[in-house]
Amino acid sequence: MTRQLHPVAWWLWAIGLAVAAALTTNPLLLGLILIVVTFVVLARRDGSPWGRAFRLYAALGAVIVLVRMLLHIAVGLKYGTILLLPLPEADLPAWAAGIQLGGQVYLEGLLGAALEGARLGTMIVAVGAANALASPKRLLKVFPAALHEIGAALVVAVTVAPQLAASVQRVMRARQLRGDSAGGLRAVRRVAMPVLQDTLDRSLLLAAAMDGRGYGRRVEGGRHRVTSALTLLGLVGACVGSYGLLDTTSPAALGLPMLAVGVAFCVGGLVLGGRAVPRTIYRRDPWAWPEWVTLACGMVAAAAMLSMARRDPAALAMPLVPRIGIPRVPVVAVLGVLVALLPGLVTPVPPLTSARARRDREPR
Amino acid sequence: MTLSNTDIAVAWRHVAVTYADAAEPVIRDVDVTIEEGELVLVCGRTGSGKSTLLGTLNGHVPHFTGGTLRGSVRVFGRDTATHRPRDLADLVGVVGQNPLAGFVTDTVEEELAYGMEQLGLPPATMRKRVEETLDILGIAELRAAPLTDLSGGQQQRVAIGSVLTTHPRLIVLDEPTSALDPTGAEEVLATITRLVHDLGVTVVIAEHRLERVLQYADRVLHVDAGRVTSGAPADVMTYAAVAPPVVELGRWAGWDPLPVSVRDARRGARGLRARLDRVVGAPGAPAGPTGSATEGGVSGGGGRIDLDGRTGREGRTERPGGRTEWPGGRTEWPGGRTDTRGGTPLGFAFRRHAAPPTAATPPTPGIRAEGVRVEHGRVLAVDGVDVGFAAGRVSALMGRNGAGKSSLLWALQGTGTRTRGAVRLADGTDPRSLSPGERRRRVGLVPQSAGDLLYLDTVGAECAQADRESGRPAGTCAAFLGRLARGIPSERHPGDLSEGGRLALVLAVQLTAGPDVVLLDEPTRGLDYPAKAALGATLRDLAAEGHTIVVSTHDVEFVAETAHDVVLMAQGEIVAAGPTGDVVAASPAFAPQVAKVFHPRPLLTLADLRAALGDPS
Repeated sequence: MTRQLHPVAWWLWAIGLAVAAALTTNPLLLGLILIVVTFVVLARRDGSPWGRAFRLYAALGAVIVLVRMLLHIAVGLKYGTILLLPLPEADLPAWAAGIQLGGQVYLEGLLGAALEGARLGTMIVAVGAANALASPKRLLKVFPAALHEIGAALVVAVTVAPQLAASVQRVMRARQLRGDSAGGLRAVRRVAMPVLQDTLDRSLLLAAAMDGRGYGRRVEGGRHRVTSALTLLGLVGACVGSYGLLDTTSPAALGLPMLAVGVAFCVGGLVLGGRAVPRTIYRRDPWAWPEWVTLACGMVAAAAMLSMARRDPAALAMPLVPRIGIPRVPVVAVLGVLVALLPGLVTPVPPLTSARARRDREPR
Repeated sequence: MTLSNTDIAVAWRHVAVTYADAAEPVIRDVDVTIEEGELVLVCGRTGSGKSTLLGTLNGHVPHFTGGTLRGSVRVFGRDTATHRPRDLADLVGVVGQNPLAGFVTDTVEEELAYGMEQLGLPPATMRKRVEETLDILGIAELRAAPLTDLSGGQQQRVAIGSVLTTHPRLIVLDEPTSALDPTGAEEVLATITRLVHDLGVTVVIAEHRLERVLQYADRVLHVDAGRVTSGAPADVMTYAAVAPPVVELGRWAGWDPLPVSVRDARRGARGLRARLDRVVGAPGAPAGPTGSATEGGVSGGGGRIDLDGRTGREGRTERPGGRTEWPGGRTEWPGGRTDTRGGTPLGFAFRRHAAPPTAATPPTPGIRAEGVRVEHGRVLAVDGVDVGFAAGRVSALMGRNGAGKSSLLWALQGTGTRTRGAVRLADGTDPRSLSPGERRRRVGLVPQSAGDLLYLDTVGAECAQADRESGRPAGTCAAFLGRLARGIPSERHPGDLSEGGRLALVLAVQLTAGPDVVLLDEPTRGLDYPAKAALGATLRDLAAEGHTIVVSTHDVEFVAETAHDVVLMAQGEIVAAGPTGDVVAASPAFAPQVAKVFHPRPLLTLADLRAALGDPS
């Protein structure tokens, strides 16, 4: 049977893997997470433009690694024993002690920087996987109806942002038609002006279209005041509660109980506010065992890595000092990440989108 | 009859709309009623207030746009003063010009359901209506397709379907076919008329190309400088500032009532046709309109149309009336050639291939493509095209959305992708081998979204910049602009110009570089009749000065008025090329109205008819 998995399941799975990636710089584990994520995306993405955008996230991840390495060479604190690049170092005043401008680049330092970049890059790729597997627009469907103003802004952002790239490309090409080869700041302005104008126009058109189609419609006589009061009280409660929780000198009653009451009030406000917006959902995504499995797999990966970090943090790091060693293979963490592979095998396959619809497109 | 009578679809009462910071109202004294079940066409010049008038129908004006609305607008009894667009969503559905800009979801099915979700309809009802709507619009096989993958016509039908599912009693369409090819436009208009007749929906539609809609309209609202008059189509057309060719024909011939469709005009034109045949001679046994126009060859069509002996004699015999041949509007086309206009007798022209070529050498093409192939990723946009465009002539590039017109133009200019093949200018240079700056001195391109070329705050600054970047004396660009469009204040922001004004500015900027070849990608989109006529005259003037002009367009009437040659593309290939008369009249989808009225006589425009009849004015 083919169906699309609930978007929340994919997002929680991806967040689990992103958390796992955040805890390690061990190249073996990072590589494993990347393999798992890529495998699941290739196995379970649909033919939508979001699905096709996955490689952009992969490219972004690679760029992050590169930038991190370049930053290390330029201003990073260098350490290690194996000299790679004998660069001169600039003398900096004492107050800039945290920065080392230039200086000799060692393999250990560069590798450490690359792996830190890889950690962030892997997290980005995990988010990209969630994007490819469940379009953000489907996720917005489960957004609380009471917050429809924020919802409108999110929908507009999520719709218009991908068009930005196309817009920039189009304007860059048009610039050539004017024989314009200016670089630097002037070029930025020449591209930015038409692109921003275009984006603003599109955003307004979309917002107007949503308005005209009844987005954020309210039924007569919604309990507006009660909703506002509940939400306001809830927010105050949550603030006081978090303060109490973090400040060890305040009485215990001000902490967790207050936070719980505050959150409860907020939820009440959202539910009540949501009732005033008579929205229904066409073909509600079901939440069945594949969703539970997906969610659990993501959580297992995060939990395995967390427990490893508690018990043996060194196993999750790349040994760099005093000398480069071979990264260890922490069995629990590896098994945890491998579990996250399951959704790519056991969840239902998404329905194929019609390839017939894909026509030759003129460049815009 | 009270105002709250809900059988009245729309009642404007003493409506005036003034936008913030504007001294004058955009529309004023609007006192018009639309009854349920009518198909109402809103027409008027660009900037006359059409869009504002449509915007008042669902409260978009003033709730979303700001400004002040005086008077009252009631839609099925609901006052837009107290109802925001979202509160009218169950009554009014709005479809805009660019369907993609209004899509909220990713796939066809979700988009159809979106409006119903917001209205809170039960899921079972939604399922039923989505299925019905998919069938009504004939897009059932596309239900799961991503919206961005659809063709323009399909997208527009989905947009209509997405408002249809909420069962609105009024549908408002603002230029729904402006981005579509003739066939796509037909699809959309057929859908709309079907809704009116089968479901009794009230439809209000604004459209520049009246020839597409006028015949279906029950009532026409004419907007002129903010004032709105209402009446039967034939009555309003007696004074409208914009009129399709059949109406122009009726006005010229003094018919009462005016014709609003080709059918009306054809009936009315019996006398004219007889007179035409007396003056010029009846067309010889004409070949079918599917003649082999492909063999015309634009590059060869540099002026001479070779008539075989018999038809040549027939067509050119001296007659007492003094007409010697079918006039092709020669006087309009300087350059010392005969038959420079493609308007050779259709019936005759189809048999011209039997004749040996004449001694006259065809002019060198200003630009020619040799085996040009363009691929965008895995998509093959242009498939090995060989075509030359003659200098001193206006050539039109026509074809479906996605046929490869834009890709070919960009490849010709040299900036766009070209996977294989060569492009040669008159002296053999390949524009791609030049730097962008030099390239534009040889080949200018006005892209589809012309505004992309503009980035400064005022028209004057853009002109000055154009002079600088082309190394021309100051004032060159401003002079071109003055010639193309009068009265554009130089301190105006380019974003505030009308479509026609912006196009004129971009064309002036491109002409400043002094290119021999000028390519225009869909310049007629959003232009009204007077603006199109002005553009056409400009292009013909430029051609007369020796420029090579290539225009891609969907606008058949514009092509008939302006182009000497037509190249028809489909799926990246050239399927027909030759003089306008041959190519355009050969297909029912591409034939202009006047050609249909006088078929099989080889007339394309009212000007042709008047010239044939020797009408001096």
